[in-house]
Amino acid sequence: MDYRDLNLTGSSSPHIRSKDGTAHLMGEVMLALLPALAFGVFNFGLKALVNAAVSVVACCAFEWLYRKAMKKNNTVGDLSAAVTGMLIAFVCPVTIPYWILVIGDFFAIVVVKQLFGGIGKNFLNPALAARAFMLSWAGAMTTWAVPRTSVPLWGAADVATGATPMYMLHENNLAGLMEQYSLKDMFIGLIGGSMGEVSALCLILGGLFLLYRKVITWCIPVSYIGTVAVLTFLFPRGNDPVTWMLYNLLGGGLMLGAFFMATDYVTSPVSKRGQAIFGVGCGLITVFIRYFGSYSEGVCYAILLMNLTVWLIDRNIKPARFGVVKAGKSKEKEAAAK
Amino acid sequence: MAQAFFGGIHPNDMKAATNKKPIEKLPPPAQVVIPMSLHIGAPCKPCVAKGDLVTVGQQVGEATAFVSAPIHASVSGKVVAVEPRIHFNGVPVMSVVIENDFNDTPCPEAVPPEDPDSLTVEQLTDLIRKAGIVGMGGATFPASVKISSGIGKVDTVIVNAAECEPYITSDHRYMLEYPEEIIGGVKLLAKIFGVDKVHIAVEANKQNAAELLRLKVQEEQAPAVVDVLHTRYPQGAEKQLCQSITGRQVPPGGLPAAIGCAVFNVVTTAAIYRAVYLGKPVTHRVVTVSGSGVNNPKNLLCPIGTPIRELLDACDGVKKETFKILMGGPMMGHAQYDMEAPIGKGTNAILAFAADEERTEEYPACIRCGKCISVCPMHLQPVFMYQYERAGKLEELEKANVLDCIECGACTYICPGRLHLVQTFRAGKQKINNARAAAKAAAEAAAKAAAEKKEA
Repeated sequence: MDYRDLNLTGSSSPHIRSKDGTAHLMGEVMLALLPALAFGVFNFGLKALVNAAVSVVACCAFEWLYRKAMKKNNTVGDLSAAVTGMLIAFVCPVTIPYWILVIGDFFAIVVVKQLFGGIGKNFLNPALAARAFMLSWAGAMTTWAVPRTSVPLWGAADVATGATPMYMLHENNLAGLMEQYSLKDMFIGLIGGSMGEVSALCLILGGLFLLYRKVITWCIPVSYIGTVAVLTFLFPRGNDPVTWMLYNLLGGGLMLGAFFMATDYVTSPVSKRGQAIFGVGCGLITVFIRYFGSYSEGVCYAILLMNLTVWLIDRNIKPARFGVVKAGKSKEKEAAAK
Repeated sequence: MAQAFFGGIHPNDMKAATNKKPIEKLPPPAQVVIPMSLHIGAPCKPCVAKGDLVTVGQQVGEATAFVSAPIHASVSGKVVAVEPRIHFNGVPVMSVVIENDFNDTPCPEAVPPEDPDSLTVEQLTDLIRKAGIVGMGGATFPASVKISSGIGKVDTVIVNAAECEPYITSDHRYMLEYPEEIIGGVKLLAKIFGVDKVHIAVEANKQNAAELLRLKVQEEQAPAVVDVLHTRYPQGAEKQLCQSITGRQVPPGGLPAAIGCAVFNVVTTAAIYRAVYLGKPVTHRVVTVSGSGVNNPKNLLCPIGTPIRELLDACDGVKKETFKILMGGPMMGHAQYDMEAPIGKGTNAILAFAADEERTEEYPACIRCGKCISVCPMHLQPVFMYQYERAGKLEELEKANVLDCIECGACTYICPGRLHLVQTFRAGKQKINNARAAAKAAAEAAAKAAAEKKEA
């Protein structure tokens, strides 16, 4: 056989790559979000699904349009815009008007992500930044349908609404909360709140899936949830620290934040130690805002604030150089040898 | 189970294609092209001329420096040319071209010493030098140099049978089929370095080889212990292997001898046995021919200098979709474009790819996932090194210890954004080294100018 007919590539090693590209990882995140989305539909009706679809399509469209207008390569295929769209729908009340949702999508994709250079270059989590921005429509962003309602696809004026568990905790009304929602309701998600945040169970399932598939590491979820758990246990309001802690863990956006938002690759530290510090920081700020802020939920702002510290963490957390043993360590070893 | 190194990756090892196929002898090639550079160090000087008749094992290239290794004829026949020919590094290199007479006449000088057991360490080292033994795992560092620079410093001798690169099974088959040679080499290494235990390090995906070697060690009461290591790339990288076996880390810029280790590839170990007990220099080696593009993957025993073409032919050729042919493993091997390039002493595999192994992206984009950091066995932060190199920040790049990079490719393999990480670091290292050389030259020139001024 004449091998000169082959069309051979010359390139330097390595010559094989893992199957798991960016689009694959983002696809896994989408998969992991599906149980929570399904629960959202179960809890609030079909509008939950339509919200997610609108938001995903809008994000992809804005990404495509911006890249096209700027004559840059099309990045819709990496699915990161789709994940952002999904997450924005998740952090909004299900009653949100579509136009606000689409404005949020625009803000996330164009202002937060693309203006800074696109995937990998933004320093704030696009979905959370969009949520913070969308709170300009404070009324629409804090209208909470009660669980097991079927929110109509258009016009939500006559939907039964109620306070979220986080709001009641903020008002120091643990007793009232326990009366309204049992811990089991809280865990399963039969509560009022943002469309994708209500079901701790579904979010934990999705998070475990991501851990199992090695899409995320345990560092951020464990340090974040752990910090909130420890702080709320140590400083309970009322005389039942365990119940207070559990309601704090299961209410609000903690599970979604810890598994899906704080673990966003782009806006979290690159090293595992850095990620642990980041998670602890998120936990501290979350509890701080919940206890002392005028707004009842702290997860969104905690993660956004910690996003701003990522460069500092990354600059200061360096792995120990290979082959350089710290003076203290070598002395210990010598002592052990003696 | 031995200790572990940090990081690493778990690519599909793809060894099933050839790990049950016994070593086959390649049909004798009509011609071999033996380059005078088959090792790290100074190239050899040809010591035969056009028209000379040579025999198998006869020296055709003599070492010209301490860090060098002589080269021997791998077939008997007539020297038809001594001229630059294409080398597997991609450029023409002075080569001795021998036309095979298909007689395989052995060299009369290639006979074993009378009483190999009574040889001193110096005599053994000399035999190893003369046999042209180099690191046959791919690095091709002259074994005699490793020995003479390691004696006295080394307390741990490791035989590297990790074979951690995917696809390659040449060492695996060698262990299964020639365990006596390996045990013989292990005994010699123990004697040379004066250690009572030589560690034979095998990855867990070669259990049958590990068990066979254990059995042989027991039978022969050999001074050795077989360590089964996790199957994890780059387990067989010298520094990582030392760490796995001893827990010690080679200091930056240092060699394993700095932490009392000496590492020899398992086939190198067998070559040491063959040189001492059979009097045979390195003339042949086992090459795995595999990959999605190869029609009939095999393990072939080939004369050194055989053109790649002959090996592919012996495996019924390659598929026409083949887009890449490699010498060495997929992680650190070299892409070949000319199938007339010969195989060398360190060639453990020829791979042809015709499927979607490469998975490159037209527009690579970092998503800061940090996976590169979590796999780097040298504790580096490829994500930042990449940014520094791209931005031309050589000082930062150097401070990020880019020179520690062993170019194993784990970061590039794992990168979901498909960045060309290692490729960038190679360029960056070269730039830093160039800058250092330029600075040194400038300083020397300045010193010389100052001295001249003084004289004047």
